[in-house]
Amino acid sequence: MTMALDSGRARDLSLFVRESETGTAAMDLAVAGIKCAVCMATIERGLRGEPGIVSARVNLAAKRLTVEWRKGASSPARILERMDEIGFAAHPFSPQKLESEEAREERRLLRALGVAAFGAMNIMLLSVSVWSGNFSGITPETRDFFHWLSALIALPIAAYSGRPFYESALKAVRAGAVNMDVPITLGIVLALVMSLVETWQSAEHAYFDSAVMLIFFLLIGRYLDQATRRRTRDVAANLAALRADTVTRLMADGTVIDMPVESIEPGHLVLAAAGQRIAVDGVVVEGASEVDQSLVTGETRHVPVNPGDAVYAGTLNIGGQLRIRVTKAESGTLLAEIERLLNGAVAGRAAYVRLADRAARLYAPLVHATAALTFAGWLIAGLAWKPALLIAITVLIITCPCALALAIPAVQVVATQALFKRSVLIHAADALERLSEVGTIVFDKTGTLTLPDPSLANRSEVSAAGLARAGALAMASRHPLALAVASAAGRPPVAGGVTEVAGAGVCAVLDGIEARLGSLAFCEAQAEGARVASAYPDASLIAFRHGEEVHVYAVEQAMRADARATVDALKAQGFSVAVLSGDRIETVRRAAETLGIADWRGEFKPADKIEALRLRAAAGEKVLMVGDGLNDAPALAAAHVSLSPVTAVHLAQAAADGVFLGDKLRPVLDSVTIARRARRIMGQNLTLAVVYNLIAVPLAIAGHVTPLVAALAMSGSSIIVSLNALRADVRGDRPADARSESAGSTEVRAA
Amino acid sequence: MNILVILVPLALFLGLLGLLGFLWSLNNRQFDDLEGAGWRAISDDDLPPER
Repeated sequence: MTMALDSGRARDLSLFVRESETGTAAMDLAVAGIKCAVCMATIERGLRGEPGIVSARVNLAAKRLTVEWRKGASSPARILERMDEIGFAAHPFSPQKLESEEAREERRLLRALGVAAFGAMNIMLLSVSVWSGNFSGITPETRDFFHWLSALIALPIAAYSGRPFYESALKAVRAGAVNMDVPITLGIVLALVMSLVETWQSAEHAYFDSAVMLIFFLLIGRYLDQATRRRTRDVAANLAALRADTVTRLMADGTVIDMPVESIEPGHLVLAAAGQRIAVDGVVVEGASEVDQSLVTGETRHVPVNPGDAVYAGTLNIGGQLRIRVTKAESGTLLAEIERLLNGAVAGRAAYVRLADRAARLYAPLVHATAALTFAGWLIAGLAWKPALLIAITVLIITCPCALALAIPAVQVVATQALFKRSVLIHAADALERLSEVGTIVFDKTGTLTLPDPSLANRSEVSAAGLARAGALAMASRHPLALAVASAAGRPPVAGGVTEVAGAGVCAVLDGIEARLGSLAFCEAQAEGARVASAYPDASLIAFRHGEEVHVYAVEQAMRADARATVDALKAQGFSVAVLSGDRIETVRRAAETLGIADWRGEFKPADKIEALRLRAAAGEKVLMVGDGLNDAPALAAAHVSLSPVTAVHLAQAAADGVFLGDKLRPVLDSVTIARRARRIMGQNLTLAVVYNLIAVPLAIAGHVTPLVAALAMSGSSIIVSLNALRADVRGDRPADARSESAGSTEVRAA
Repeated sequence: MNILVILVPLALFLGLLGLLGFLWSLNNRQFDDLEGAGWRAISDDDLPPER
């Protein structure tokens, strides 16, 4: 499966291809830049014309593409080329097992929901007839007929659609605990059994519709919850695919192939070009260069590497090409240590008890006790045991876990959507509750408070013409400092006749005079360099000489544009803000001063960060940790709740409870604000559910609850709770089209 | 009222057909991409261009 691309390098994509027995092969791709239906039509039309392609289908909601082709008639590389020609960046990915399981679970819930809906509505058809008939002279035969029909519909449907609840309840009971599904299951089963008995005895009331409607409403909540979670995971998986790590491997026979990082094994030789991120742990075999370790240690100063030195996955190769022998693919020493810290920290978090479970623990015994007491009470009052049992069971039905079970998931769904629109994706289900409890926010510096890509700091000092010339020269180099100059100059057309001087820079002839772009020594710009260095102590310097004209550019990672505003807003809302960073103390001090943060620490290793968080937790503080690098991953897991910018390394993203996209720090503020609001509304919903029960239960105990009353109560309470949940999305400050804008900027960085 | 013995089961049967249709469309993956399906319905790529 290797074919040459226009870069001349072959690419091995066999990992992503699914082969079928019918002679076709298929591949899934995440596509960047799909905005609307026209894009979808363009892609499908463009691919369908390609020879060998059997089918090409875009999933507009998930922004993915599935392509099928006849084996031998086309290839993954050709498809990527064609996508490039059409104008979309496509990245193959193999959906993880977990992901397809979530999609399957969602379909399963939708199926159960559809069946329950059919059942509930058709039984309602019969029930309303019986209710109205009870007033206008329905004959017992007709009523029995309708009841038996209802039983015929209700029993198989309840057995099928109620499975998610029965399974969950059984699991809980076997574990010796009680969750919300236990009273639900009990209620459904008792209602059905009692209704059957009543129908057998030609009685007036049967509660088949209550049982099935209960299942219907609860399934709506479950399905929405699952769908939201799956959509979040889809977007996250797409983002991961867009930044997919490929490694350039040097084969034994001297050929060079791009492979996905999962295919690399220890002992392989890989190449890391200048400007490329090193994707493996290894030892340098050939080449001398500088390495940016900020993603791993937070340290922004470059570290020189020579043959014999170790390099780590996640670091950026700055200077020149390195040939590396892989020591441990994917899990080198550094990563293994971080992962050890991670596992320890994650275990501690499992003890958090969700609000819903706390409510369930209180609710279940209360409801069962009430029903039992009602039964006993009526017996004592002299009623026969069968009517007494009937009333006790109606008490069980009417306490309707509907409202209670919808109270929290409904809010979670709306709040998660609201966060989604503000560029925040939440992974963990209970992250919202934990976010609402936060009192302190701890930021990492590099990549979190600052933008991950370096930019030109002293642009105002340079003339536009000079910058344009430097930019034209810079376009010929892949060095990150040159890239910063090129993008600051607006990416002008590359200058012609550029030659590269290894380790020093590039030079060309512009307007008849030699121009140089590179190190200070290469451009003889030491004096100017010293001046700029004193003005911008944290920046890396790149010099430009064009005849007598000398400029020195300071390139550094700029603070996010709204960082100061966000920190001020957080402090105004009563949060305490701190910075924990692995970078040099001086650098961190300057950053903290710019942002107005008094509580800061520098040169912190991963273990130091965890210790600091542990101290805060012991003092009773609930901490939101925001970080992006590998060195933050254990701390992210150790905090009460955590967020990660989407450019973060895989491990950090996996350890965080959520990610946020884009260049702004505002999503962090939005997360805590929306989480607090959602928590308030969850509380309101629980109160509504309790109030409803306080009204309904006495009615049931008094024996006034008929199936009609039960149906009205159930639907009424569920609707009220759901409507209240809609308030979780704050309408006022929703950013217009923020998602496509921030997705766009993410794609630019990923490219 | 004996006609009900025929009519009600008939109504249920029709409803059942609807349910089967829904289940089929679900298995046919039609619910995987609701956005795209909507746009595909009104796309007129297959029409010849107007003069």
